[in-house]
Amino acid sequence: MMSLITDLYAYWISVLLMMVGLYIVIDHNNLFKKLIGLNIFQTSVFILFISMGKVDQGTAPILKDGFETFSNPLPHVLILTAIVVSIATTAVGLALVVSINKYYKTINESEIEAIEREQE
Amino acid sequence: MKKNPILRETSHLLIPAILLFALYVQFHGDYGPGGGFQAGVIFASAIILYALLHGVKSAEQVVSLNLAKTCAACGLLLYAGVGVVGMLWGGNYLDFNVLADNPIDGQHWGILLIELGVGLTVASVILAIFYAFTKFKK
Amino acid sequence: MHTPALQVIIPLIAAPLCCLLPKSRLAWLFTTLVSLSTFAISVLLVWQVHSVGVIDYEMGSWPAPLGIKYHIDSLSAFILILISAIASITLLGARSIIEQEVSHRKHALFYTAFLLCLTGLLGIVATNDAFNVFVFLEISSLSTYALIAMGRNRKALMAAYEYLIMGTIGATFILIGIGLLYMQTGTLNMFDLHDRMPIIGGFNSVHAGFAFFTVGIFLKLALFPLHQWLPNAYTFAPSMVSVFLAATATKVALYLLYRVFYTVFGFEFSFSTLHLGAVLLPLSIVAIIVSSLIAIFQSDVKRLLAYSSLAQIGYMTLGVSLQTQAGLIASMINLFNHAFIKGALFMCLACLAYSIKTTSCEHMAGIAKTQPWVAAAFVVGGIALIGLPPTAGFISKWYIVLAVLETSWWLAIVVVLTSLLAVVYVWRVVEQMYLCHPIDNIQQGTPVPMMLLSCTWVMIFLSVYFGIDNRFPVRMATMAAEVLMP
Repeated sequence: MMSLITDLYAYWISVLLMMVGLYIVIDHNNLFKKLIGLNIFQTSVFILFISMGKVDQGTAPILKDGFETFSNPLPHVLILTAIVVSIATTAVGLALVVSINKYYKTINESEIEAIEREQE
Repeated sequence: MKKNPILRETSHLLIPAILLFALYVQFHGDYGPGGGFQAGVIFASAIILYALLHGVKSAEQVVSLNLAKTCAACGLLLYAGVGVVGMLWGGNYLDFNVLADNPIDGQHWGILLIELGVGLTVASVILAIFYAFTKFKK
Repeated sequence: MHTPALQVIIPLIAAPLCCLLPKSRLAWLFTTLVSLSTFAISVLLVWQVHSVGVIDYEMGSWPAPLGIKYHIDSLSAFILILISAIASITLLGARSIIEQEVSHRKHALFYTAFLLCLTGLLGIVATNDAFNVFVFLEISSLSTYALIAMGRNRKALMAAYEYLIMGTIGATFILIGIGLLYMQTGTLNMFDLHDRMPIIGGFNSVHAGFAFFTVGIFLKLALFPLHQWLPNAYTFAPSMVSVFLAATATKVALYLLYRVFYTVFGFEFSFSTLHLGAVLLPLSIVAIIVSSLIAIFQSDVKRLLAYSSLAQIGYMTLGVSLQTQAGLIASMINLFNHAFIKGALFMCLACLAYSIKTTSCEHMAGIAKTQPWVAAAFVVGGIALIGLPPTAGFISKWYIVLAVLETSWWLAIVVVLTSLLAVVYVWRVVEQMYLCHPIDNIQQGTPVPMMLLSCTWVMIFLSVYFGIDNRFPVRMATMAAEVLMP
């Protein structure tokens, strides 16, 4: 039973962060906090990928004399791309939130819905 | 923040070092951790530090918003252009083996050039995002 | 022989060039020429695939499965020609309405984002590498968020934000699925994953990866109940963006469904071992019925057509859930025809938005007298949407009913009855246009520019043409279904 947790601790941490991130996105009303939850969710996926790239007793994936076993470099490359995608998404999201604040004077989702309902 | 002497003097020491470190990370991407994206972010952070201390207007005299937008487009064109050159010189798209006399030198040149394109684009885009947010009219 | 790469690279290189262009008219002309050239390349690809069979292209000359391979077969060529045709027709008529709806200094950036969206959609279809699909999916999604946010109404910002949150969660779920599959197989090439699937098919992580792929793709496809982003996004986006998105974005997500569940996981694994059909069938039926019912009560015609799109997506997934080759062919024919029909209907609304500056149903009262051509186009498009002969919609419904009759007759009755629901909401709008008196203070409205009107009628003509001469979609769909379910 304990080996289920101690052997797979990387996956436990990743899933925990995934659930925390998704909960923040769903529950909070503040538009900024939703974006932060989205970031936490994406970071958990990065941890999942990178943790599976580690080879037992492997060093960093950089060629050097004297080292025989290297970690798998492919997940690192995939996650570099995914980090850039995450930054671009956050930037677009932040730009949208700043524009929403300009038009609605608030970034609280329930207040925005109330304003729109009053307008109808 | 300009008036604070500690911040001013420290930044005058640090900003050139950060820029140099960004160039180091850019060109050592195939020998150690690094590459275009990381270098671009470090380069942009140096200029953003300058903008935080001396104001966005002084930073714009160094790198203006139009220059940032143009460099972003040019970086992507450099990356895609290296691929097209690979197509024109015999191989498939983004084939680096044909860029020089032997495949090893070709791979070296290819990676250097596309990482340069990536670094240029990333630095300009992060700067452009920073300028867009600070100059946003309420 | 470089055509698969050129299909994706040409709009990709054109995007930063378009960003540098100073004038808005020059940006429009450049973008239109680029999309016409992608259409020409996709025609060339269809012709090559007809003669050769499949086209493989290795990026950077790295052999697959080490490197990224672009693989064009009948299914890919079919979707590529659809996307580039829709993009070209949309752009040809777009200039005047973009000038009216988007603020002037953003025009070059609008066309840049449009080109990046086109690049992303073409790349998803052309590539054979799972992670490359994720990258192009995010390229197209990010540009879509930016395009939607440029709408005139301030609600467009909130619509774009909600689409961003939901779309990013969907794409990240697809990324988790790719990661779990990579963990078990060590490869990202779709055919290599398929070859290794029998060995690893029993593992829990592969089942979890399947589940993550399912949720991610359903979210991008806007299948009930993950459809909440679509009505707001289509309603408040600029008119030509609605045309392009309604005709292409969900179709490419459907292509991704075909690729992942038939090519990567394999037909037996997806439908027999993991019972995907049991999940898809009830969701499709609920999507068709509930979306058609909600569409009847909408006051904004764009929103009505958005809910109608949700119902049509239900028909497409109904074809997939039948687990027969006939159902798959019906789904693909629905995909092809619906793109043209919905594109044509949204273009009619773009003409009306240009003319009377609004798309709400009550403001369209009596518009048939002042804009007869636009109203006639809407009537023809509505007939195609309902599925009456001789339009392409009839061919789609015919194939769906034939495929459904092979398995159960009561489902066929459901399909026919839900088409009657489409009659209700189409007739509502047509009645307002033709039979109601105009509200007094709505003036004549600005005359619709000739390019926009002619592009609308080109799409309407294609909707009717593919109902009469349906050899091309049926042949391409049959060949594509042979590829997926041999």
